[in-house]
Amino acid sequence: MTVPIQLRHDETFVLNLGPQHPATHGVLRVKLTMDGEYIVKAEPVLGYVHRMHEKMAEGGTFVQFMPNTARMDYLHALAYNHGYALVVEKAAGIEVPERAEYIRVITVELNRIASHLLWWAAFLLDLGGFTPLLYAFDDREKIIDLLERITGSRLTYSYMRFGGVCNDIDDEFITGTRDFIKRLRGRLPRLYHDLVTHNIILIKRIKDIGFITAEQCRRYGATGPVARGSGINYDIRKNEPYSVYPEFDFDVPVFEECDSMARYMVRLQEIEQSMRIIEQALDKLPDGPIMGKAPKMLKPEAGYYYSAVETARGSLGHRLVCDGGKNPYKLKLRSPTFSNLSLYGEVAEGMLLADALAFMGSLDLVIPEIDR
Amino acid sequence: MEIQEQTRIALAELFPAITTVDAPPVVEGGSQDEAPPRAPGVLVTDFAGCGSHLDVLCRPDQVVDVARIMDGQGFFLEAVSGVDWIDRHQLEVIYDYNRLGGDHCRVMVRTCLPRTEPVVPTISGVFPAADWHERETFDFYGIQFQGHPNPIRILLPEDADFHPLLKDFMP
Repeated sequence: MTVPIQLRHDETFVLNLGPQHPATHGVLRVKLTMDGEYIVKAEPVLGYVHRMHEKMAEGGTFVQFMPNTARMDYLHALAYNHGYALVVEKAAGIEVPERAEYIRVITVELNRIASHLLWWAAFLLDLGGFTPLLYAFDDREKIIDLLERITGSRLTYSYMRFGGVCNDIDDEFITGTRDFIKRLRGRLPRLYHDLVTHNIILIKRIKDIGFITAEQCRRYGATGPVARGSGINYDIRKNEPYSVYPEFDFDVPVFEECDSMARYMVRLQEIEQSMRIIEQALDKLPDGPIMGKAPKMLKPEAGYYYSAVETARGSLGHRLVCDGGKNPYKLKLRSPTFSNLSLYGEVAEGMLLADALAFMGSLDLVIPEIDR
Repeated sequence: MEIQEQTRIALAELFPAITTVDAPPVVEGGSQDEAPPRAPGVLVTDFAGCGSHLDVLCRPDQVVDVARIMDGQGFFLEAVSGVDWIDRHQLEVIYDYNRLGGDHCRVMVRTCLPRTEPVVPTISGVFPAADWHERETFDFYGIQFQGHPNPIRILLPEDADFHPLLKDFMP
């Protein structure tokens, strides 16, 4: 519990967390000013895996940037594929066949489940529980095998094309996906909820810890499960429907508690909602081509374009500026965790160090996505 | 659509002499240079075509006023980014606003700065989200955000003396 104590700012010391600390999952550094076990000031220091993706986008043609997109959020890479494909399709006016959009949604949602499973595993590892990681990786492996069959890669996918996808799905994929959903549905209540969610140690570690108010989310631009754990009913798939999401019946889990437990519950329930979307998409999957008509060399009209998708971590925006040439004149990547992490300093103030680490885990950080 | 109209009216007060026009923001054919320079004001744009409902072009000294209006209307700041229009000798700053649920409305606010002296007031006093985004824009373009509480490098090394997204930057 965060105890409202009177911090004495005259006897502090600086504690350097990271950039090689296991709890930061990658190379994030946080400069902590401590008063005993309490945090007086927390300053995240970024840029350790900065690769200047935006310059790479300007240096090549539109299609040449597609493989880069998967290398930012490597846990939900297909959503990055999808977001980039959507903004370029919007700029160039490319139509996507319905079957291709269905396949996109199926693969993106499978990838979302894999991302949430890995977050779940890593988060509990931060808190000292090793066993859950084995269960989650067991399930995640099934998804990765399924996606590997279709996309050709296990993690850094370049599956989407402007106008569709590069490979059609087959019966083996469809049966495999249905089997996987059946299996995960059976395992979620026992292995995930009974063993972990209702575990008293977990509850003590994350319940009432890390309060983020809805107003803080708005001022800092936090989106995704972080905002939905603070009672904000905002999911781009519902609020600003793209692709074929309006055709599916699914709920947006929202929790009002604003603590780390709320964010935990949002993600676990999103796994169930993603399974619902995949099942409906498989049932309704239309026949037809998987690639629309797209010119070999894209030259979108000059102008400003914006497109947003919901990734596992929140709202991913692409701000594309075209000058009529064959390269993107400017491509700004609005990554969700960059904004989500920016509220860390304000919220972590006055927290115990151990709580601050649990809170950091509940934000679901992917460092290459923050640093881009 | 109500919020879009409300926001448009609130923003239009900043630009008294100019009437708002309905027109797509895309310049038909040709590059940006050939188009006549647009006067500051609010433009209603086609959301399906370009992804924003309103396109606001303001003077650099108006960005804080615009941010206050957006804050009052319940918007949040998605991102701040820059564009280097090297042929026009200008740097442009783009602020993207959006709403967390409720009526859907996306607003793009732009302002142009001279390339030789790119200075614009910070809006981090209104939206703390702008703090990191403005530091990133300084990193990449060298745009100075006047009054920023912590104007240091964020993604590039602290001793970097270059701005890689400038079009004339050579590694």
